[in-house]
Amino acid sequence: MTTDTPTLQLRGVSKSFGSVKALDDVDFEVNEGEVMALVGDNGAGKSTLIKSLAGIHPFDSGEVIFDGKPVSVHGPKDAAKLGLEVVYQDLALCDNLDVVQNMYLGREAHDVLYRLHESEMERRTAETLASLSVTTIRSTRQTVATLSGGQRQSVAVARAVMWNSRIVILDEPTAALGVAQTQQVLELVSRLADQKLGVVLISHNLHDIFEVADRITVLRLGRNAGLFEREKTTQEAVVHAITAGKPTKVSGIPGTGEAPE
Amino acid sequence: MSDAAPLTVQVAADEAGLSGAARTYFDRLRAGDMGSLPVIVGMALITIYFTLKVDVFFTAQNFDDLIPQLAGTALIAIGVVFVLLIGEIDLSVGILSGLCGVCVAWFASPETGHTVPGLVAIALAICFGALIGMLQGSIVALLGVPSFVVTLAGLLAFQGVIIKWIGQNATIGIQDQYINDMASYFFSKNAGWIIATGISVVFAGTVAAGARSRVRHGLPVGNVPLLVIRTGFVAAITFLFVAISNHARGVSFAGMLVIAMIAVGTFVARRTTFGRHVYAVGGNAEAARRAGINVPFIRIAVFMISGAMAAMGGIMFASRLQGVALSAGGGSTLLDAIAAAVIGGTSLFGGRGRVIGALLGAVVIGTIANGLALIGSDASTQFIVTGLILLAAVTLDTLSRRKLVASGR
Repeated sequence: MTTDTPTLQLRGVSKSFGSVKALDDVDFEVNEGEVMALVGDNGAGKSTLIKSLAGIHPFDSGEVIFDGKPVSVHGPKDAAKLGLEVVYQDLALCDNLDVVQNMYLGREAHDVLYRLHESEMERRTAETLASLSVTTIRSTRQTVATLSGGQRQSVAVARAVMWNSRIVILDEPTAALGVAQTQQVLELVSRLADQKLGVVLISHNLHDIFEVADRITVLRLGRNAGLFEREKTTQEAVVHAITAGKPTKVSGIPGTGEAPE
Repeated sequence: MSDAAPLTVQVAADEAGLSGAARTYFDRLRAGDMGSLPVIVGMALITIYFTLKVDVFFTAQNFDDLIPQLAGTALIAIGVVFVLLIGEIDLSVGILSGLCGVCVAWFASPETGHTVPGLVAIALAICFGALIGMLQGSIVALLGVPSFVVTLAGLLAFQGVIIKWIGQNATIGIQDQYINDMASYFFSKNAGWIIATGISVVFAGTVAAGARSRVRHGLPVGNVPLLVIRTGFVAAITFLFVAISNHARGVSFAGMLVIAMIAVGTFVARRTTFGRHVYAVGGNAEAARRAGINVPFIRIAVFMISGAMAAMGGIMFASRLQGVALSAGGGSTLLDAIAAAVIGGTSLFGGRGRVIGALLGAVVIGTIANGLALIGSDASTQFIVTGLILLAAVTLDTLSRRKLVASGR
């Protein structure tokens, strides 16, 4: 599954907010067709890392290497141009609009008179959902308000992959979901990797991570605290890295142990 | 709402055939999605009541009178629908319509020493309304002052401007033919039939083009018999409208202007990227912002639409009176326009509503006013009845929305 050059590589990136070092000399990489989990306790720097990657607040120092070439990401548009899409925890969907309208929000297909190409958008939406085997949505003309949590997550993910994306970053995609819906979303995550996308999965739930991730990057207090291959590690080892020297018993909801300090 | 439903993505929600369409419709009613049904039932009751009360109510002549009476409210309400769609409110539309009426009268009236041609005066007044809308919208969108306060301040300030502007005269008369024709021009009988044919053909063409585009993209066309019936229904209503009007003076220009503006507004709201962004801002402004939509631009543009439509409505009122007085745009003008939009099904909470609702609501309010005037009631009864109907409409909307949420729609 691993190719020679990772699709995305971060080398020694740092980011400070005033005197607070949110990220300190962090390395990170994702390969094509790989699910890379990003874990860490609250305040470990996960959110800062993805926000910086998405161009919301760029890194202070360090290198971002895309397809082996150094690039600079200075705004959300740069990130989108590279094929880097983020699905935020709150999904950013409009409840009053239907699935098609949400999938194309802000990037509607239109002619010179700004008239919408509804049929084209509806067909491509159906194709994208079908390619991701999202079969639970009855009609692409349902409003998002009528969808379940898992279906909304599917729409948000499908929206992210529709634009020839290379890397999709999912922020806590299963946090608010029930058991069956979590399973749906995890299957969707695996299918993204099958479609040769690089997936960055942020989660507090080690159970979910061990189900779909290929590798696991652990951050602790803004520094790298370990890189694991799922096949060759255990949940205990990962929890140990997250909390650094304080191995907690793995319960149903791991990663909720006390902060190291 | 079962996640396990093993249905394919391509299947449209509507069932095939007419019985299927009827089933889908009743399912929707049961879930609390009333659509236009309350307005239609309400209109039927209002019509029956006044028909039994006064002989002159259900006549072609009264029908022909009614349209110019409600045209001004309908025009203003179109702008109100747009403002409500983005989840804001514009309380200045009533007074602003009066101010723009004064504007058009001032530009075109020999009394004030200007004689700008009528059409130029109309254009200037509409631009003036849009400019005021832009100012108010900018304060809302760029400075973040609540629209309720900004437009309430506008309401007060413009009231003062009207008094200063009209000054000692207390009224300004309008002699310009073009301006006065807005409310009092009636098309000839043949022109009426041509208009009816044109509207029917354009509507059928739009439906056919939509269906053809879906076929070309390999999508199901939906319920073909229903599309045909809907097209036939619109054509029938249009010809009935013209037939009734032709029994009196003919089709009014005011009515055609309202229908044209409803068509333009619907096109903008439903078929353009701008309209899509309006609904998105009303639904979830933060999501719209993250999707790259220029939210302040949308807000300002919507307030400009509101200002321009208020101007059009104000010109219509001025045209009916063939002049403006100190009371221009006062009284129930604002509340009629907002009530029309809300009775027509536009949500006060943003993101939901249709432009045609402005017309439906204005017809309800206009018909009540007309009927009450015919049976000799005074303004007090009219205020009370309109207030109760507005309350009923909003209550119905709130209850059906609660039911919608409960049934997961």
